[in-house]
Order: sequence, then structure tokens, then C-alpha cells
Amino acid sequence: MDLSRRDILKAQAAAAAAAVANIPLPAAAQNIASGEELRLKWDKAPCRFCGTGCGVMVAVKDGRVVATHGDMRAEVNRGLNCVKGYFLSKIMYGADRLTRPLMRMRGGQFAKDGELQPVSWEQAFDTMAAHWKRVLREKGPEAVGMFGSGQWTIWEGYAASKLMRAGFRSNNLDPNARHCMASAAVTLIRAFGMDEPMGCYDDFEHADAFVLWGSNMAEMHPILWTRVTDRRLSAEHVRIHTLSTYEHRTTDLSDAALIFKPGTDLAILNYIANHIIQTGAMNREFVERHVNFRLANTDIGYGLRPEHVLEQRAQHANDAQVSHAADFDTYARLVREYTLDRAHELSGVPKPQLEALARVYADPKTKVMSLWTMGFNQHVRGVWANHMVYNLHLLTGKLSEPGNSPFSLTGQPSACGTAREVGTFSHRLPADMQVNNPEHRKHAEQLWKLPEGLLPGKVGYHAVQQDRMLKDGKLNAYWIMCNNNLQTAPNTDNETYPGYRNPENLIVCSDAYPTVTAMAADIVLPTAMWVEKEGAYGNAERRTHFWHQLVDAPGEARSDLWQLMEFSKRFTTDEVWPAEILARAPEYRGKSLFGVLFRNGQVDRFPLSDRDTGYENREARHFGFYVQKGLFEEYASFGRGHGHDLAPFDTYHEVRGLRWPVVDGKETRWRYREGYDPYVEKGAGVQFYGNPDKRANIIGAPYEPPAEAPDAEYDLWLVTGRVLEHWHSGSMTLRVPELYKAFPGAVLFMHPEDAQKRGLRRGQEVRIASRRGEIRSRVETRGRNKVPRGVVFVPFFDASQLINKVTLDATDPISKQTDFKKCAVKVVAAASAPAGSGAAGERG
Amino acid sequence: MRRRRILLLAAAALAPCLAGGALLAQDAPRLRGPEPFTREQPAPPLPRAVTNDVRVRRNYPDQPPVIPHAIEGYALDLNANKCMSCHARRFTEQSQAPMISVTHYQDREGNTLGGLAPRRYACLACHVPQTEARPLVENRFRDMDELTEPERQPGGRSNR
Repeated sequence: MDLSRRDILKAQAAAAAAAVANIPLPAAAQNIASGEELRLKWDKAPCRFCGTGCGVMVAVKDGRVVATHGDMRAEVNRGLNCVKGYFLSKIMYGADRLTRPLMRMRGGQFAKDGELQPVSWEQAFDTMAAHWKRVLREKGPEAVGMFGSGQWTIWEGYAASKLMRAGFRSNNLDPNARHCMASAAVTLIRAFGMDEPMGCYDDFEHADAFVLWGSNMAEMHPILWTRVTDRRLSAEHVRIHTLSTYEHRTTDLSDAALIFKPGTDLAILNYIANHIIQTGAMNREFVERHVNFRLANTDIGYGLRPEHVLEQRAQHANDAQVSHAADFDTYARLVREYTLDRAHELSGVPKPQLEALARVYADPKTKVMSLWTMGFNQHVRGVWANHMVYNLHLLTGKLSEPGNSPFSLTGQPSACGTAREVGTFSHRLPADMQVNNPEHRKHAEQLWKLPEGLLPGKVGYHAVQQDRMLKDGKLNAYWIMCNNNLQTAPNTDNETYPGYRNPENLIVCSDAYPTVTAMAADIVLPTAMWVEKEGAYGNAERRTHFWHQLVDAPGEARSDLWQLMEFSKRFTTDEVWPAEILARAPEYRGKSLFGVLFRNGQVDRFPLSDRDTGYENREARHFGFYVQKGLFEEYASFGRGHGHDLAPFDTYHEVRGLRWPVVDGKETRWRYREGYDPYVEKGAGVQFYGNPDKRANIIGAPYEPPAEAPDAEYDLWLVTGRVLEHWHSGSMTLRVPELYKAFPGAVLFMHPEDAQKRGLRRGQEVRIASRRGEIRSRVETRGRNKVPRGVVFVPFFDASQLINKVTLDATDPISKQTDFKKCAVKVVAAASAPAGSGAAGERG
Repeated sequence: MRRRRILLLAAAALAPCLAGGALLAQDAPRLRGPEPFTREQPAPPLPRAVTNDVRVRRNYPDQPPVIPHAIEGYALDLNANKCMSCHARRFTEQSQAPMISVTHYQDREGNTLGGLAPRRYACLACHVPQTEARPLVENRFRDMDELTEPERQPGGRSNR
């Protein structure tokens, strides 16, 4: 029944009159529904977006999310969210949600060149399984691959790892987190023998100085930035130094903005190390007791295809990861050439700024928190850059205590919890173990109750290599889950898209929305998202946090976990495991992969009755046991007692997350220091127990130039990245009207003089071209990002301006993470297009 | 060439099976990319900023209100916070702008302060201006009041 505005006014008038007369009216006649009548059910969940891991309270009514707000009880954010977090309520309700599987069809049959049409789950899985089996039979496990996600829940990543490594016997499993923080993850293992930061977010309230290395926290980690600015504005002595290749909202609120030429952060870092040594500021006792020195192989290439001239020319392209034992003097000699003059010449940063920064690290009384994300990690020398900042903290002993903290931020909600801790990289197993270590594989086989020798030892294809191998026809069965790689991989026109459309390959994409990647896939699987399933994420400070399923997914959409486990039912061990393994372990013969991986007496250990019946749990009901608990507890057995201790499953549903290792019910805020970390032996003070000798590694390396730099024709540096309002490729945030309208399309941020020189006006349409591809965009000479001359910035969220057609697929040769921050482009007017009209007001 | 034609056909035929999500604007490639992927895409003009100063209803109580005016050139740095020159308690009478929420006077521990809490200093982390860009796709989020009392909503249940 529709009431007219007149009826409502009448009701309101009655309510007003009743109020004057002090007469209570029945609820239906009041003009405002109070909290009680609304009957909302509130529950906690972590935010769906970045790696900060903010707590959110979610209100559900009639099976729909109707409100969200910052969780007051969440330690991370204490009631705050950023604008994306505040709009979480709307991310699941874009009208184009995928609700049925789609498959390319012609004449009622699957056809690679057919049209995407709705099919049943049976049809989709049957087609996939037939292709997977043929590829496994004809080409073996190395032709099968999966590209997963730092947005997978912990158990989804864990199930995927089991299915790929133990089921299909392939390590061609990599997460999109490879594009995001592989450099950080690899360096922590190299320096400390254990992944993830030693400190935590509590450092924000203890530091005297913050140094941001290529991180625009004000936009990319806004809630952590509130903790930095809170500290800066509350304590007068606190200072913020921000290093970047352009000015932005973070530099607006910094005491010093050090704008350097792309790639020269390496020289600045070595200069600071040199300054520390030359001024006698090194903490000798700490270094002597706790540190080893090593030197890295140099001239290591750029992770391009091996036939590329830059790889041919590089001396150590094939052993880039090797480092050699050295001593303090050798290291000091290496950094000695990075004088103030040299650092200034290379970087272009004024000397007083460099000196002031060096003094921050050198002063023993200043507690320093170093923060970085993509500026360091998406860097052809990303591992070196990560090492160099740890070197500064190790030389001065400034780590593993409140306020002294080298801290790598993450960009995805479970880049740490799933990609790193579960180990969905092509080289990793759970709890920091490595696939090419026979002992580690044996341990995993035992915990998984699988035959010895089953797990493959060869490191699989990493993200960029997967694209190359799809194109080259070596990887033929490919499942993309929970990411939008065709929009976010580098050099996509040449290296990603051809592999997706290669007739030899079957490309499957699981997503909640029709993304660029989904539209280029052969089979599209509709997927449940966020609170449509029970989940667990791990944030950047080692905090593991859980949520319950709060609403149902629409239509036939199912969680990634359901998809992985259900697909495993279609394979038997005889079809996918070698005969010799089954001959040695005949009891595994004729079993389904579902049986040996998930019905193994461990994963299915917890009955349905164990779950909280106040919540729906579709996966548990479908499979007949408490799937999430079984997977989590089996996974946790890898780390308990080894410095990766997780609390019991049920605990996490009660608390607002806990930071591992959780020992005797207590979380660990600072690792490696006695008094904070129960793994450090009594009397040791500090122990970097991840390494066998319990010492950390300072690994020295020089400055080496980027893979591509501007020249006469391609005369500008291109930097890509995000904006506050959109998250990554925008598949969720673009569907929220308020976020879309706040920043509707990508623009080219350019210095006004660079625009003028090219005869360009603000709002004009331009072509941005590299040696690899081009896109059209609009010039923005004002707004939030103030680029210096010679540098342009383009965000990557806009699927109509696919800037990754332009970027270069150069990676750090050690971490295999792409450098999305440095390539050469030219910008010219798009002659045929009219200049933009009506450009007014602040868009940036 | 052949592949290109096939893909174009595929794109045309795709529309019916994704009909549940009627695209609203011309620049829908912003959501799904060009069809086919390799096709060049023009960049639409920069949309106008919303500057009408009309308050927009919030979707739920804790949604930060959007900014209905231009903020170009606003200083928001260590020396100045232009937003507060109208929205701070003491300036609201002359500016007639809404005062910042009382939550903005609370520090991380929940203590109420006399002035803006430092953690709330970066206004634009939560409050964003709007442009006149038309949404790319309908959003079917429903207001809690609409679910609670559909008859009270102008347009009733069908209103989104």
C-alpha cells in the first residue's frame, strides 16, 4: 500500500499534537521508528577493503545489510572507517551481481569463440573438469594453474592450496598479492627468517617520528593515517617525513615532503646508512650481538622475458636472489660512496631535507616508525629497498619495541592472513615453509595425511609468468578467483589478454560482478562475497579476525570455498596422481580428491552442531560438517609451537581479532624482544629466532636504475596507483553511487607547465602512450595530486581507461613483483575528441 | 579480424544474460571494460561538481554526509583546515553550515574534548564531494526505514 505525502504529513501532525498534549500514540502512528522497532541485528566483521583491517558493525534486517558503522570495540580503528568502509553496506547490492554461472556457448555446446550464456553449475563444472583432466593427462600438472587472492578468506586460500598442490600436484598457484607485497614478504624471510612485521599498530601511539617511504597513507590507509595524524597533532615533538615521487594529501599533512626522482630512494636509503655509520650513531652492541652482514648479487636484470635485451645484458639475471656472507667493513665500504652529495645528485632532494631525515634515524632518542607499501614493493629493486630500510633499523637497533618499527603496510584484507600465512604463493606452504624444501614438503604431507612424495618441489609460475605461459600455450587450464587480473596485471594488451583468448586455454573466472576479467573468460562463476559467507582475514599487524555469515548470497552465487571443494569431487586420485605414488600407497586408490583432501578425518572433524546456530552457514550445511572450523584447525597445526600460534577457532568469533603468535591466550605485539615475545629465551634480550643463528641479516645492495626511463620520444615518467574513493580495480566501489560520483573516472594528473608545453588544457582529452600500448584520458592539472614536471599519475580503477595496457611488465627479479610505478610514456592531444566541458570544482 | 568480429557478436549477445543489472549510463565500459578488450575507448568529459548546497539524506545514521559544495583549493594541511572555518562549533552561526558531529570531539579513548579530535582532522577521508556523474549501474541497497515501514516511504516499496 502506497501512502501519499499528504497521509504522512497528517500522521506527523497527529504525532506533534499528541506530543503537545503528552498523549502517547501507538507505535504505528509515531513519525519515527525507534531503535527497538527497527529490529536490526548487529554483528561484527572486518572491512572488505584494504589491509588495515578495520572493525565494522553490520546491521541486518530481513536478510539484507541495511547499515554499517565503525566498530568502537575494534582496536584498529576505534569507531572510525574511511569513506569506503562507511559505504560497505552498498557493495553487495549492485544490480548487475552475477547470480548464475555463464559459459561461452555456440549451438548448445561449449565454444571458446561462443557467447557467454547462463548454464547450470553442473554444466560449468563438467566442462571445467573435462578440460582439466585432458590437460593433466596430455601435458601434466605444470599446465594447470590458479590465480588467487589476498581477499580470499583464510580457509579459501587454504583449500585452494590443498587442491592445487596436493590434488593437482601443481605449484602454479599465485595470489594477486604478488602484485601487491611480494617484495615485502620475500625480504622479511631473507632478513629475519620469518614473514610479517615485528611491530604492530600500537607503534603509532609511541613513535616520535614517522617516515613514509613512497606511501600515500592519507588516501590508501586513511584510518592508519588518522592514528599518525592523531599522534602528530597531539604530541608537539612528533614529525612526519614523507618521501614520494609527487606531492599528495599525505605530504599536505607532513612536516617534510622529500620529492625524489623515481627509483632513487635506494640512494637515499644507502646515504642514511652511511650517515649513521660515519657519525658514529650505529648501535655497536646491538649489531655485534644480533646482526649478520651480507652483500647481494648486483646487476640482476628486470624480470622481463629472458630474451629481452635487458635480461641478456644483466650479469645476474638468473641468480638475482643470491647474497654472500660479508662483514661490517665490506658493508660500510659499499654504502660509503652514498655521500650526501651523491644522494642529492641522484635523487634531486635538497641536502638539508636529506640530512634532517638521516638525523631522525641516527638520533638514538628518536623512536622511528618507517612505513611503506607500493612505492617500495612495486619497484624493480623492491627487495633491496625493503632490505635497505631494515638495514637502517638494524644498524640503530630501532625495532621490536614500542615506537621503533619498520612497518610494511598491506593493500588487501588478507594479504597477510591468506596469501602469506596460508602460503598461496607459488613457492610457499603454510607457516613460512617453502615448496622447494624437501623437509617442509614432508611435514606438510604428514599434517595433510597424504602419501610421501606427493607434493611437487618445483616452484610454480608467479603472476606475471602465468600470463606469459598462458600466451605461450604452456599453461592451459586456468582458474582466476577473487581478483580482476586483466585490469590489474601489467602490459595487458600484449601479455595478459592474448593468453586468455588463446584457443588452447580454458579460462575460468569466479567473481561477484562482471569485471573486465570475467568478460574475457570462458566460464564465469557467480560468487558470494564478504558477509554472505563465514570468513577470516589476517591484517598487516598479524591480526587474525573472523566474521559470521550474516546474509545469503543472491541467486546461485556460491562462495569460493564451496566452489573449490565442490570441484574437487569431480576428480579421483587415479586420474590425477602418478601410478607410482598410488602403488606405494594403495589405500589412496580410487578415492575422490574431496575425500583425501577434505574428508580426511581432520577437516571433517567438527560436526554441524558445533557451529553457532544463530547464523546461517551455507558451506557447513552443504557439506555436512563445520568446514571452516575443520580447515582452520588443520591449518593452525602448521604454526602452533613454531612462532605462528593461532588461538582456538571459537575464540576468534568472540574477540575483535588477535595478533599472532597467540601463546597461552595472549597475543604478541612486538616480536623478537624479551618481555614482549614469549619465544625469546630468558636473558637473551633480543632474538631473531626465525633464522637458525637467531641473528637478523643486513643485506647491502647498491643503487641500480629502473628498467625504463623517459627519453626524447617517451618523455614522461608514468606512476599508477589508487585513489581514496575506489579500491583497486573498482569492481565494488564503482557500484556504490556516492563513491562513483565522488571520483567517477580516471584522469591524468599532470604538472600545469607540462600541460602548457604540450598545448593541453585542463579537461582536454589526451592519449597516453608507451612502447606497449595507449589509452585515452583527460588532463587534470589541479586537485589532490601535485606531480612535478616530468611525472604523470593515472589511477587504475577505471575499466574504460585501462592504464595497464601502457605499463611495463618489469618485475623485481627476486620477488617477481611488478613495478607499476616507473615506465616511460608520452602524452598528446586526442585530436579528434572535443575538450571536456564543464570541468568545475575539485575532483581530486 | 575474425576473432574481433566474434567477440563483438559475443558482446552484443551478452546483454540479455546480464539483464538483471541494467546499465544506466553510456560510459558503462568503466565497469566492464571495452568490448573487445583491445578496443580503444574515448574518455568522457570531466563531469561538473555538485555545488547546490542541498543536504542529501544519509543511507544510515553513521554514514558521513557527502559534501554538497565545491572544495577546490581548500587548504587541509598542518597549518590550516579550511573545512573547519565554517563547520567548527564557533563558526556555524555566521556560516549556517552544519556543525561537525559530536563524535568528532572524541579521542581514540572515547573522551570528549573541547575541540576537534586530532584523529578527525583529515575531513576528506570520510566526507567526499560529489559530481553530476550518473551512476553506472543501479544499486539495490534498501534503507532500513523502507524495510521497517514501507508505507511511510514516499513511493512505498517500489522506491529505491
